Amino acid sequence: MPPVYRGPFGKPQAERLLWRAGFGPRPGEAERLAKLGLEGAVHKLTHPGRERLRGAKPHDNDGHPLAPNDVWGHDQLWWLDRMVRTTQPLAERMTLVWHDWFATSEDGVGPARLMLRQNRLFRQHALGSFSTLLTEVTRDPAMLLWLSGTDNEKDDPNENYGREMMELFTIGADRGGYTEQDVREQARALTGWRNDWDDNLGPVNFRFDKRRHDNGVKKIFGKKGIFDWRDSCRLCVHHRLHPSFFVTKLWSYFVPTAPPAATRRELERLYVRHGFAVRPVVEAILRHPALYLGPRMVKSPAVYTAGLLRALGRGIDTEDWTWLMSLAGQQLFFPPNVAGWDDSRWLDTATYRARWLIASQAIEKRALKPDKTKLPDDASKLLVRAEAFFGRPVLTGQTHSELKRFAKSALGDANAKWKKEQYPALIENALRQLLASSPDLQTC
Amino acid sequence: MAHCHHCDEFSRASLMRRTAAEAGRGLPAIEPGMPVPAGTGLDRRSFVTRTFGLALSVYGIGKLGLFEEGIARAASGPAQPVLVSVFLPGGADALSVLYPALDSTYRKLRPTLALGPAAGPVFSEDTRLHWHPSLQPLATLHGEGKVSVLPAVGYTHPDQSHFTSRHFWEVGATDAQLVSGWMGRYLDHAGSMDNPLQGLSLDYQLQPSLASTKVPVASVAAPEEYSFWAPGVWGDVEQRMLDALGSLGAPRKDPYLNQAAKATAQADRLRRQLAPFAGEGYGSPVPYPDVDDSFPHRLAGLAAMLNANLPLRCVAITAPGEYDTHSDQPQALADGLDVTARSLLAFQRDLEARGLADRVLTLVWSEFGRRAEENGSGTDHGAAGSGFLIGTRARGQMVGEFPGVDNLDDDGNLHATADFRGVYCSLLEQWLGEDATAVIPGAGSFSRPVLVK
Repeated sequence: MPPVYRGPFGKPQAERLLWRAGFGPRPGEAERLAKLGLEGAVHKLTHPGRERLRGAKPHDNDGHPLAPNDVWGHDQLWWLDRMVRTTQPLAERMTLVWHDWFATSEDGVGPARLMLRQNRLFRQHALGSFSTLLTEVTRDPAMLLWLSGTDNEKDDPNENYGREMMELFTIGADRGGYTEQDVREQARALTGWRNDWDDNLGPVNFRFDKRRHDNGVKKIFGKKGIFDWRDSCRLCVHHRLHPSFFVTKLWSYFVPTAPPAATRRELERLYVRHGFAVRPVVEAILRHPALYLGPRMVKSPAVYTAGLLRALGRGIDTEDWTWLMSLAGQQLFFPPNVAGWDDSRWLDTATYRARWLIASQAIEKRALKPDKTKLPDDASKLLVRAEAFFGRPVLTGQTHSELKRFAKSALGDANAKWKKEQYPALIENALRQLLASSPDLQTC
Repeated sequence: MAHCHHCDEFSRASLMRRTAAEAGRGLPAIEPGMPVPAGTGLDRRSFVTRTFGLALSVYGIGKLGLFEEGIARAASGPAQPVLVSVFLPGGADALSVLYPALDSTYRKLRPTLALGPAAGPVFSEDTRLHWHPSLQPLATLHGEGKVSVLPAVGYTHPDQSHFTSRHFWEVGATDAQLVSGWMGRYLDHAGSMDNPLQGLSLDYQLQPSLASTKVPVASVAAPEEYSFWAPGVWGDVEQRMLDALGSLGAPRKDPYLNQAAKATAQADRLRRQLAPFAGEGYGSPVPYPDVDDSFPHRLAGLAAMLNANLPLRCVAITAPGEYDTHSDQPQALADGLDVTARSLLAFQRDLEARGLADRVLTLVWSEFGRRAEENGSGTDHGAAGSGFLIGTRARGQMVGEFPGVDNLDDDGNLHATADFRGVYCSLLEQWLGEDATAVIPGAGSFSRPVLVK
């Protein structure tokens, strides 16, 4: 078995686990999880019981329920709401992992309903069998449209899906795992899907049509057979290079540094022994010392935004998140390309400002009115309040002292009676903004 | 009208390119299975040049200090000729841009869309043709000898995919695998390692035609929008809060915490640098069209940057408007051409007022023209399209003739009478002073029209 973290498991560790395996703690959640110890905490996340959505239901700017199938941007809000309110954060986080792994964009698919259908598929198989997931994704309508599956027919094979399923989904490029001839033969094996067009609904009636399928003999990875799309998936999952690809890619969603070679081999064995099941591998990663002792990770815009709302106990009550998250570089259902989002490039001057705007939007409704709020004229006390506002996240000493220094110097500017009365509230508002956009809260 | 699934994708793709661009994350892939967009593999870094206080995203540069020195050095050298590329996205209809008003075949092919002889001004070099009414500003510049018209520019074996054809134009070859842009390759040869402004994308993202493989190129974000505000914070406290931003950006030990701190520090530096731009933007000696689209504003900024002697050589920008006019063509086309042409005229007048006009040539292009026969309310994808070269140094004479509508290709499209690769060769050799064989694949096989006087 891969190594297991043996150090102290307190609030800092529980908090990191909740961020890596979900969307961060609600107030008090990290403290409660810490009490379970590492094993108990991981088990609670990987076996969460029945899902419930807790808190106020989402609505649009006018107070109406969301219409994710019909209104542009509401699909994203609908999903963000689940990230915020779910009692199964890991399943929701894995849904996001699969969305990035099998990155399909509404940009090439069209109807949101097909994206939401694919999203249900990802959630259903969040911690299940990768083999089953791959098979289901291969015939998923959104994917069939996105990677030309329904354009792939006997007389005119289209290599789009066949190539990506090997390169991005199962084996990896430039590892000697497959040849261009394998790409062409996979395309032949995958022929036969089609759909109709409805003037109102767009693409409908996705089905396998024997007449469009090439039922000749194909040679894939050196094996010969009358392969079809199911064989195509099976051959990929059973490829000798698939387990190493799978565990390394999965690991990268939870830990920013590459797995040690020994760990990688252990994870591969675990994966194969459990018949390509995802859950045991995720459990092993969540227990691994690298997750607790290694460097922090930069939160993606979705994790950052959902996490702020969870900490504040705020539901989806504005549509602004759609454009704010896209400004920050992550519009759900619109990954930049079939390779998904680039996790190494979340932060630059433009996306930093977008995150600042996200923080402003998150705290704006509860901004204190300086003429109506009496707060202590004391930097430490103001900072304690600001930390409590976000459920007391663990801060580095450096950030803590910078924030305190800010509060102190700002209090020092109060050189008139009205300023002495009003500045503490202005400072408290500023502390909230600075804390939410601090390096500490951008990472986990 | 027949449904065009592909083109729904096109307009969504445009939207997404913009969204992705606003997120400052460079070029997204445009469509699965289509050619890789040029420049996708380049590193991108955002920072500010202290020297000029501009917000820049820089592609493919190593050391920042080197860059600023480079700008200073390049700016103090002799003024270089500048080429501006303006892209009309979607495939502008050549048979409306310059239309054969009285041609009976044209009127038959375009029963609802044909424009009458009184609608637009006569094109003096071929009086069978009239300018689209929205192009009066270009007709004016043409009358002053400052516009070379390409009535049917394209290439052999035309591809009718937006993405593929645009890619061909961007990389300067009919090669789906080429990932560097044609101007990027020019800069790789003639540019320097320390001056990203030599290739300037007037956008939130890199324009693919500028994608280089060696030298750095840049894109300018909107400097006047870069400010920070927090709810319920103002006055002294706000100033203190903004100061704290800088101290929160101090280095950290953890590499990812440090990455976040660095972004914080850079944002703070950018905020300070751009404070003078907040709100107003650039000053201009001439009025630009007052429209929602940022195109005229960006051109005004370009003129201001040239006036500040910034070392620009190749500039790329996307024109306003939606030219993929499968339906409702008349209004959409007129609107797009109107803002584009009025802005280009203002830009030219601005350059003239600042004494910069002899340094700048502007190439206007689209990925293809449209089908000669209309579909009822619009037109489908075609082959040869319209192009323009604008500037006081443009030769001012038509390049290639109008091919007519009686001799269409097998798909019912206009034949090209000029090859865009030949145009690029001419621009490289006659304007930028570079041997085209180093930049354009197969340059030897294209004839060079005379473009510069």
